[in-house]
Amino acid sequence: MLDKMIKKKEKNKHKDKDKKKHHDKKIVEAKKRKSHKNFQFEYSESLESTDVVKIQPKNALFINGEFVEPTEGSYFPTINPGDGEVLAEVAEASAKDVDMAVRAARKAYETTWSKISGAERGKYLFRIARMIQERAREFAVLETLDNGKPIKESRDVDIPLVAAHFFYNAGWADKLDFAFPGKKVQPLGVAAQVIPWNFPLLMAAWKIAPALAAGNCVVLKPAETTPLSALLLAEVIQQSGLPPGVVNIVTGAGATGSHLVNHPDINKVAFTGSTQVGKMIAKATAKTNKRLTLELGGKSAHIVYEDAAIDQAIEGVVNGIFFNQGHVCCAGSRLLVEESIAQVFTDKLKDRMQKIRVGNPLDKNTDIGAINSHRELEKIRDFVNGAREEGWDYFSASATEAPSRGFYHKPCFFNHVASSATVFRKEVFGPVLAISTFRTPAEAIAKANDTPYGLAAGVWSEKASKIQKTALGLKAGVIWANTYNKFDPSSPFGGYNESGWGREGGRHGLYPYLEVQ
Amino acid sequence: MSGINLSGAHIAKTTKLFINGEFPRTESGRSYPVKTKDGDILTHLCQASRKDLRNAVAAAQSAQAGWAKKTAYNRAQILYRMAEMLEGRMQEFVANRMLVQGLSNEQASAEVNGAIDALVYYAGFADKYSQVMASVNPVSGPFHNFTTPEPVGLVAMLYDQPFDFSTFMGMIASVICSGNTLVVVFDEPGATLLSEIGEVFKTSDLPAGVVNLLSGHVDELTSHMALHMEIQSILLASTDETRRGDIKEMAVENMKRVVPWDFAQKDLAPIVAFTEAKTIWHPVGL
Repeated sequence: MLDKMIKKKEKNKHKDKDKKKHHDKKIVEAKKRKSHKNFQFEYSESLESTDVVKIQPKNALFINGEFVEPTEGSYFPTINPGDGEVLAEVAEASAKDVDMAVRAARKAYETTWSKISGAERGKYLFRIARMIQERAREFAVLETLDNGKPIKESRDVDIPLVAAHFFYNAGWADKLDFAFPGKKVQPLGVAAQVIPWNFPLLMAAWKIAPALAAGNCVVLKPAETTPLSALLLAEVIQQSGLPPGVVNIVTGAGATGSHLVNHPDINKVAFTGSTQVGKMIAKATAKTNKRLTLELGGKSAHIVYEDAAIDQAIEGVVNGIFFNQGHVCCAGSRLLVEESIAQVFTDKLKDRMQKIRVGNPLDKNTDIGAINSHRELEKIRDFVNGAREEGWDYFSASATEAPSRGFYHKPCFFNHVASSATVFRKEVFGPVLAISTFRTPAEAIAKANDTPYGLAAGVWSEKASKIQKTALGLKAGVIWANTYNKFDPSSPFGGYNESGWGREGGRHGLYPYLEVQ
Repeated sequence: MSGINLSGAHIAKTTKLFINGEFPRTESGRSYPVKTKDGDILTHLCQASRKDLRNAVAAAQSAQAGWAKKTAYNRAQILYRMAEMLEGRMQEFVANRMLVQGLSNEQASAEVNGAIDALVYYAGFADKYSQVMASVNPVSGPFHNFTTPEPVGLVAMLYDQPFDFSTFMGMIASVICSGNTLVVVFDEPGATLLSEIGEVFKTSDLPAGVVNLLSGHVDELTSHMALHMEIQSILLASTDETRRGDIKEMAVENMKRVVPWDFAQKDLAPIVAFTEAKTIWHPVGL
């Protein structure tokens, strides 16, 4: 028996040897092929079909459970940043429309939403989550068309998280007593919610789901450049049978947002967007009793220690700053790399960046899609030009050609940047990384904290105690250690200092929507 | 100003400011008289200036990291020590409250006892609030993800509502028990106790700069406080609605968290109001 086994093993050994021989031969052949001077891949696009999406040429407001024309009859275009073409026209809500929406929300709050049980509220939210999952591809394609983000991100990140947020918060609706033990909780009433264009549907979900779970009614204003997915969500909400007026969606630009935020019958304002607009809203509500939560800008630092797993850290840094074209409030836009590995690290980063594919957002291979609007593209270019004029070492990945139509920006970085440099201090909100070095953990922490913001930070090291120590020292609401840009409905998100007030997500995310006594 | 005997050759205490664990006079050299309930001159209080405020902020700022870094158990013991010290000097406080505001012995004693209770309450919370507030979050993926509360940093406290010593001390204790440091601006009648309060803090192993006390005209210091860029948060005990609105508006400059004191005296809520939730993600794997 034993003999047999040994023999078998021997036999297998030979087999393995043969395999190895064969394998080595293959490698040699491959090397030969690679060394062939004229060898080149021919790139072939893999485009996601847009057949699944039907975009109405004209899109109305969603008020009191119905799609209604704007009272003043004005519409504005929304553009596909991937090719610069107009996708559709969208209603611009006037003060009167906003007032109608707030009245509808108030009525729904008083007559239905505050009367039904938490369990019933939860059922609607569960249902909405399921309906989003059913139509996930449709949502993903629409999001990519209107926003410009790569289809692989809208398909694999945004939309799954949207459904997850509704599903997660649904379960809280009848368990609020467990969220704050020993306390009595009550909804606030009507919430005004103003959201940005970088994660249009995801931000809608972050706002609507906890608000409804806590028992509030909402009026949501999507960003003017990305209103379409929120309107598709309105359709889902309508089909879900949610009582009319519980969710109202008014499209428009800054003026519409201002009407909404300043409406006297609002109990709570939730805003995600720039620090500049956030401050305007904070001032506008300072002398009212409106509750306010703000998710604002950031200039998050990514600290890479010399004992980090370098190749993983490279992936993390690339994901940190180039995910969603860098249109991420928590983007790791400052890289702090330990001096001893700085040269190796930036060389590797350059190599990696040459493999990033900038292209048609609908192409499944695209890593960096379109910049959301021409205005944003100009803003990013101004930052880059400014930093080049200031004389910082500039590197732009040039391996792929961006499409000739639409708004695109190649990934780039500035190296050896001083802490005082504009590109190191101001939020660019694009695929632009600023790199600096440090010698000690204390210096890394001090540099990372040297900003009025405090949204997120990344730490890379294989030494756990060093990670904990660094994470404790960082003044930021979210710390990603040996990872970056991870999101989950159960994980609280939000910043210190000028990055905003309050948290969204998790148990902590319910708090801003409740009166806790 | 112990208030026991105002006539005769007693040694009256000079009331000064309490900054960085010391008792300096205001750099401005200004003072203003404070009278007893009966109209006699009790003392002259320092009228703190903008510069005094900035010195206090600098002291609070440099004390903050060290205070937050102390173990929660250690902070708890220091707060408890404050209660011990206050208990030991109870009569001084009671006498002041009777003399300055005309409280009965019973009322004044109840206030001071309330202040002692508040210190004991928050001493006991210093090593517990994070267990109550923190969470381990079940994220969808191979990550260890947890959220813990951290102090917001430097808090300024403005007290201009009718003085209640017990509320006043509860406010201070709730803010510092989580590792924040504090600059307090208040006026008479409470500020007539400034030296005594400072002495309690000074003898309780509370590190210098953790609590700084400024007497002066609240009106004069409001905007300097609300606009100071190194202050992260403001705690407001003010019945003046206009002032509250003005402060909230000015505080937007660096997005200070402005928190009106509408809490129960002993509660988790004020601790929550002066903490930030920090969430840490780390991969789980081999």
